[in-house]
Amino acid sequence: MNDRILLAHGSGSKLSHDLIEKILAPPINNPILSRMDDSAVFELSGKLAFTTDSYVVNPIFFPGGNIGRLAVCGTVNDLSMSGAQPLYLSLALIIEEGLEIEELRKIIESVRQTAEEAGVQIVTGDTKVVNRGKADRLFINTAGIGVIATGLDISGSMAREGDKIILSGGIGEHGMAVMSQREGLQFRLPVVSDCAPLNKLVAEMLAVSNNIHSLRDPTRGGLASTLSEFARQSGVGISIEEDKIPIHDGVRGACELLGLDPLYIANEGKLVAAVAPDDAEKVLSVMRKNMYGGQAATIGEVTGERKGRVVLKTRIGSSRILDMPTGEILPRIC
Amino acid sequence: MRFIDEFRDVGLAQKLAQKITGISHKPARLMEFCGGHTVAIMRNGIRQLLPPNIEMLSGPGCPVCVTANRDIDKSIALASLPDVTITTFGDMLKVPGSYSNLQKARAEGGDIRIVYSTQDALQIARGNPQQSVIFIGIGFETTAPTIAAAVIQAEKENLKNFFVLCQLKMTPPAMKAILDLGEVDLNGIICPGHVSAIIGTRSYEAYARDYGIACVVAGFEPVDILQAIEMLVIQIENKNPQVEIAYTRGVKPEGNPRALELMHSVFDVAGASWRGIGDIPNSGFKLKEKYARFDADEEFEVELPPVKEAPGCRCGEVLRGIIQPPECKLFRKLCLPENPIGPCMVSSEGTCAAYYQYGDLDE
Amino acid sequence: MCLAVPVKIISIEGEQAEVDIGGVGRKVSITLTPEARVGDYVLLHTGYAINVLNEEEAQETLNLLERMVEAGESGD
Repeated sequence: MNDRILLAHGSGSKLSHDLIEKILAPPINNPILSRMDDSAVFELSGKLAFTTDSYVVNPIFFPGGNIGRLAVCGTVNDLSMSGAQPLYLSLALIIEEGLEIEELRKIIESVRQTAEEAGVQIVTGDTKVVNRGKADRLFINTAGIGVIATGLDISGSMAREGDKIILSGGIGEHGMAVMSQREGLQFRLPVVSDCAPLNKLVAEMLAVSNNIHSLRDPTRGGLASTLSEFARQSGVGISIEEDKIPIHDGVRGACELLGLDPLYIANEGKLVAAVAPDDAEKVLSVMRKNMYGGQAATIGEVTGERKGRVVLKTRIGSSRILDMPTGEILPRIC
Repeated sequence: MRFIDEFRDVGLAQKLAQKITGISHKPARLMEFCGGHTVAIMRNGIRQLLPPNIEMLSGPGCPVCVTANRDIDKSIALASLPDVTITTFGDMLKVPGSYSNLQKARAEGGDIRIVYSTQDALQIARGNPQQSVIFIGIGFETTAPTIAAAVIQAEKENLKNFFVLCQLKMTPPAMKAILDLGEVDLNGIICPGHVSAIIGTRSYEAYARDYGIACVVAGFEPVDILQAIEMLVIQIENKNPQVEIAYTRGVKPEGNPRALELMHSVFDVAGASWRGIGDIPNSGFKLKEKYARFDADEEFEVELPPVKEAPGCRCGEVLRGIIQPPECKLFRKLCLPENPIGPCMVSSEGTCAAYYQYGDLDE
Repeated sequence: MCLAVPVKIISIEGEQAEVDIGGVGRKVSITLTPEARVGDYVLLHTGYAINVLNEEEAQETLNLLERMVEAGESGD
């Protein structure tokens, strides 16, 4: 077996089959995938959720995870945020010629561990290899299907006046973990990416309340974007208290250093929920018992004023508009 | 976090605001010269805590906003040369030149990399001997010594492929230009904190003496800014303009002699052109003859397209504190953070961007 | 116009120093502040310490403000 991916690995040749049969399929195999037909075949009934996402994170290995774990978590979380129980995932790889096979092995092992942790199966996949320089080492796309329990209708457009806004933990950890590895910016961060599958956390929340109106994982654009989306989609105002927002000192320190606002930094293992006021305490306490919700906190509420906007109450008692980010989040010197 | 959290103390900030409201009666038009102060004031909603007779204006203190179109066009032209790698602070990526910006130049194939420090730019030069690595040297007297240190390091290592496109600016000449233009009747200036850490406070004394302007050097946390405003108000109420330092933990009257010495050993003072203000003599830096081999202006020949200013853009007046962003008819309509017309909307520290992002509630 | 943050010097090696803020670490230059010592807090701007922070001045400022606002409250 070569130690690097060659163009031939993507050409449907013997090498391609070896790559799939010896490296890619074994760790994640299951009865559906093992049939190796052109598409996965399975039966499902009830209301379904279906989603897809692509992953181009650079670098592909970062403190707290890698592109493989990220690709499973992203799709598992997107399904969970619509109240679905994630079941089946697809996994498509676009590999740059020259990627070490040992690195691919580590990434597939990470896909396996994360899928197992989330209790989902990779049932179909594809592999393509492109010339050196045409992709940045590895791109991954995953799509996923899940089943939504009857009567459940969770959406960014369902937040209602009086709902409490609950955040499941500290913000900005993934974005800063990746940025700390970037060329020209290296710094040592005492916190790692929060990349994690949240389907079990959501299931535990749904078990104690059926008044969770909105759920979303604040990935790119951070907490500020998700809150702005809720306010706009639901046509409500949202008021947030700055000093209630959990944030790790390391993320705060790195953001001070680079002149960034942590409210706009990506998360990959956090969720924001709009919950009816009477259920807020119940939901909060069950979240805190889950390993991914230990720092969960109520950070604000849905209001009737300033519809479509998010207002942040600052520590010193004044308030300001919290808007969507515009363009790439760049470190600044002034 | 030491030296940050103590100066974000809620009780202290609120009591300071109440104290200011109690003692401030006369009209007080205060300019915060530095973009960092503009963001801190907006981000902490400080204007809402102040009485109506105090008006806050933003000045030209954001190195990105004052970079002239011609200098942006030059950076873009250099980026398109073969075997050239541009290294720049993140702030410069989105600033519009006459026709494009560095972000678009990167999308068109330019090798443009963001760095946090000139040390990272040197590292990239060491790692890519076949590339000419040009560092876009923007900033005021705080950043100038760090660029000077990099040039000296490059000389020590005899780095053949490291260059600086020097677009550095000086603070006092710009402050004086604003006062001389006399377009704004200012009562006080919140003087820049970190520039003063380098240059000290002597150059501000002329503003208090000759223009009767209250001057206080401020830090960047809410308590720092409110303390500086309180000191300015006391000077204004007592008609006693002078230069005071609120940010005593970070600024000494004589500044940082070592940094000044290093800066002046590498740069000569030269004329500079400021976007929105125009050419100001002796308001910028140029690499000394001794370091000409590191000077991108000497090393690279690029012809530049004719300079074009965006029609209807009133950034110049915003930078000079004459108008507030909402008075510009492009603001929030054509000129948006995702489609910036002028520089003040681009930099996260630009007045219009800070206004748009953290704008007061009553808009 | 120039973002600078207070960081603590953890170790020094020649003109380079290891600094920390909230647990975040980075190697920076102390070329502009040769007087800086381990344990000092410095103002860090674009990878260079530009000034050693004066801890007594900081404490004095806070005491002054506390006294002033208390004086204000007691109506004098």
